[in-house]
Amino acid sequence: MIWKEVDIVSWMDKTNEKIQANKSELTILDRNIGDGDHGINMSRGFQKIVDQLQETNYSSVSAVLKDVAMLMIRHIGGASGPLYGTAFLRLSLATENIQTIDTTTLAKGFHAATAGIKQRGKAKSGEKTLIDVWSPVTKYMNDTEEINPTKLVQVAELAMENTEDMLAKKGRAAYLKERSIGHIDPGAMSSYLLFQSLAEVLEGGSTT
Amino acid sequence: MTYVGIVLVSHSEKVTDGLKEIIREVIEDVPVESAGGMEDGLIGTSVDKITTAIRQADQGRGVLIFYDLGSAKMNTDLAIELADLQEEVELVEAPLIEGAYVGAVEASIGRDMTEILASIHASFPKIEIG
Ligand SMILES: Nc1ncnc2c1ncn2[C@@H]1O[C@H](COP(=O)(O)OP(=O)(O)OP(=O)(O)O)[C@@H](O)[C@H]1O
Ligand SMILES: [Mg+2]
Repeated sequence: MIWKEVDIVSWMDKTNEKIQANKSELTILDRNIGDGDHGINMSRGFQKIVDQLQETNYSSVSAVLKDVAMLMIRHIGGASGPLYGTAFLRLSLATENIQTIDTTTLAKGFHAATAGIKQRGKAKSGEKTLIDVWSPVTKYMNDTEEINPTKLVQVAELAMENTEDMLAKKGRAAYLKERSIGHIDPGAMSSYLLFQSLAEVLEGGSTT
Repeated sequence: MTYVGIVLVSHSEKVTDGLKEIIREVIEDVPVESAGGMEDGLIGTSVDKITTAIRQADQGRGVLIFYDLGSAKMNTDLAIELADLQEEVELVEAPLIEGAYVGAVEASIGRDMTEILASIHASFPKIEIG
């Protein structure tokens, strides 16, 4: 599909719905191994994002993504605010000045976004963070001939579930050491919701 | 006389306000900016607050930033990147309270960034935070 401004808006709308619906689940996950604010952070941030996107007219995909990034940085808070914000800043950069943004462009953007998260958090794969969802999803997107939305969701879901057995090395959960094992990482779950929503947009995507 | 400025970043506004009070009891002239918590007083750290604090603390001799957990460092890095700050800024790897206190004392006798950093690093062995 060719990505237009409305598709990004729709992606954010869908993500917001899922975040609001899973707010308490995210909070519980973060209470298990963190400070219990991830649901509140994400819900506050995404509400601001959809409100702002609704009010604004954008002239490019890159501009929407940039605004989303700034809203994430300002309104999500916690560690996830700067991390998601950095990812979306990279996505915005990767789509800047490109006339037709196809899914290949986007996949490359996700690659840059994942690198941005790693850099911002000084983290790598396997440390029980949202990177453990972003990384495999990005790999799938870039390795496959054509992105299959169902498969994309499967990759993201499995990746999220895989964080359960990991020992946290970064963020609040790292202070718990071995006690962090046995719980899904909250950031991995919110990232799963983000990619599930992306797959839905791809599914219903226009081909014009 | 101008000084190296100090910016305090913590998840709690009370922590940085309190720390500033501790410093002010002894040191009056060095710019010390409290940038703890989020805009609405909630627990967290804020890019906007940190950016403003850096600008206010700068007298042209640079700014040292002391911070606590997790997102404090990430948001400070982002603040520096986004605002394209002209100020010479340095994030200090030291315990927030003791580090900032040593930093302020050193700044108050007119030392420059390099001297202050060396002194802090000599006082506190490297620790892992966040
Ligand atoms: N250094 C890091 N690198 C990558 N991801 C991280 C890092 N630290 C935390 N995370 C991710 O952020 C999620 C937690 O986000 P949340 O919004 O709850 O922030 P927080 O940890 O409470 O922030 P704070 O550092 O302000 O206390 C974790 O589940 C993890 O996925
Ligand atoms: Mg948290």
